[in-house]
Amino acid sequence: MRDTKEAARGVAIDVRGVSKVFQGTGQDRVTALDNVFVTIRENEFFTLLGPSGCGKTTLLRLIAGFDFPTEGEILLYGQDIAPLPPFKRPVNTVFQNYALFPHMTVGQNIGFGLEMLGKPRGETDARVDEMLKLVRMEELKNRRTSQISGGQQQRVALARAQAPQPKVLLLDEPLSALDYKLRKDMQIELKRLQNETGITFIFVTHDQEEALTMSDRIAVMSKGKILQIGSPRDIYDRPAERFVANFIGETNFLAGAIESTGKGRAKVRHGSGAILSAALPEGFIDKKNVTVVVRPEHAQISGVRKGATLKGMLENVVYFGTDTHFHVRLEDGAEFVVRQQNKRGIASGLTAGEAVGIAIGEEAAQVLRD
Amino acid sequence: MASAKQVAQSAHRKDVLNRWLLSTPALLIILFAAVGPLFIVLLYSFMVKGDYGDVKFGQFSLDGWFNVFMQRDIFDDTLTINDAHLAIFWRSMKLSLTTTILTAIFGFPTAYFIATRSERNRDIWLFLVTIPFWTNLLIRTFAMQEVIRNEGVINSVLKWLGVIDQPIQMMYTDWGILFGMVYVYLPLMVLPLYASMEKLDFRLVEAGYDLYANSFQVLWRIIIPIVKPGIIAGSILVFIPSLGAYVTPRVLGGGKNMMLGNLIDLQFGQGRNWPLGSAISISLMAIVMLALLFYVRNATSSGARHG
Repeated sequence: MRDTKEAARGVAIDVRGVSKVFQGTGQDRVTALDNVFVTIRENEFFTLLGPSGCGKTTLLRLIAGFDFPTEGEILLYGQDIAPLPPFKRPVNTVFQNYALFPHMTVGQNIGFGLEMLGKPRGETDARVDEMLKLVRMEELKNRRTSQISGGQQQRVALARAQAPQPKVLLLDEPLSALDYKLRKDMQIELKRLQNETGITFIFVTHDQEEALTMSDRIAVMSKGKILQIGSPRDIYDRPAERFVANFIGETNFLAGAIESTGKGRAKVRHGSGAILSAALPEGFIDKKNVTVVVRPEHAQISGVRKGATLKGMLENVVYFGTDTHFHVRLEDGAEFVVRQQNKRGIASGLTAGEAVGIAIGEEAAQVLRD
Repeated sequence: MASAKQVAQSAHRKDVLNRWLLSTPALLIILFAAVGPLFIVLLYSFMVKGDYGDVKFGQFSLDGWFNVFMQRDIFDDTLTINDAHLAIFWRSMKLSLTTTILTAIFGFPTAYFIATRSERNRDIWLFLVTIPFWTNLLIRTFAMQEVIRNEGVINSVLKWLGVIDQPIQMMYTDWGILFGMVYVYLPLMVLPLYASMEKLDFRLVEAGYDLYANSFQVLWRIIIPIVKPGIIAGSILVFIPSLGAYVTPRVLGGGKNMMLGNLIDLQFGQGRNWPLGSAISISLMAIVMLALLFYVRNATSSGARHG
């Protein structure tokens, strides 16, 4: 159902083989983006996720037009926009620290883009009021931007960027300056705005939780490359590379050797001799020694070792309220964490020092590409 | 035993005393170096002039002030407006305003250029801007003479290029004075402009471009309003000293293109009319005060409008 709906969407932005090299003096050559391909669909909430310095902001700036690619092209609805200056692109940006104009009121800030496009005064005013209503700030129209709170500035920045009805809205870590509670509220608010306006959002963040909760699709980036693109569930359940698995959520890594492959799955022999059934990632190049990942909550722990996939010694039990973490030392010396949801009034019955078995289901394990 | 109130009161008294003690040196300097001399100048402007300069103390007269704008014909005693003085006032205003505007026009891109360099290079550029201050103003002005006189650098180059046959007369004209003043006062405009531009958040410029403003609109609607305090500070720093400029009009303007500074000098020197010189000095100050008031009002009202 979801797939057919997504396939029907048009392509908003097509990044084709884009590289960006910052030419410094002598040895200071930095390759910020290395031959990046990504297709962003219409009306999509697309997230570029990665640690600082991974090139996500550079890619956003190339789409906005603040920098120009060293190589490759960026298509906006089929038209190559890479050589255009920012003021000729129907794309608007929400800046990390909002970059609101300090010498203008909230209303003037929001109307600036429309004014520069030469829209008639009446139309601009109407649109400004409409945007103020959308971000629920009607009563602050004539305030100066220094007189409103961080969360309100955030809303003004959103309204300002959306007022000229851009084809694509770029958001550069817009929530990072807000405190935790406000950030949670704004995540929901952003999602609502995107649903209401139907504008394609390209969202840059280093916060994996933010990416998982808000996005339709996520591109995980590292060192100027896109490692994996997929829905939050794809990225979380089926990480293709060690970096992706490590960056998003908690993971257990198991070393093993491929026994047999077929139909996108593999039988992997773990060091302890146990056979794991795991999914193969896209673009897997056949090799012998592989790493298998298992999310802590996808494995089951029990005091019964018979029939368990892995065996080990329970070292530590940490109670978290909603769930309990079991730290198990496997027979080969590696650590394995199992997370189990707590049920009211029922204790796990397991204590540290006990011999335990870990069951890993058919769907729980994933082979990494690297 | 002292109550808390008494302790607080004595602490307050001590605080007040300390404040006065600490500000004493500054107050003394202001009193003896600024207020005192100014008062003497004001007093002198109401005295009768002495025969060989100085004033006749105790003899009150309004002649000094009267002579600022009027003159009495020495033959038939008729009163006329003093055209020469008016022309000098007008020239001073005109040249100072033009100097302020030109330094702003040349200083703005210079300051912008420096502010957009890397941090290390900025210091080098700023250092270069301050180099002219190392040389005495008089010497720099004479050097300027070498550039603009009839056999100077500009005329020689233009002649050599075949653009002109006869040298362009720049020395001893208002243009020559203007040329010199723009050169002398340019750093005073660049430095405050740079100071406010350095604080400019260049993401605002990007935000402007992002919201469909072209380069000119970004400059006019975003950069200039934000660095306005720097423009105002630079304008004050240039306008005030250029209004009272003495060396530049003296050296480059010759004797006939006087500015207020030269007129004052003339009255205290060859003219031997100290009351008139004092009155002109006070008038000059009044113009400066008016200009300052204008700026201050302008600055606060624009702030209030945005607030």
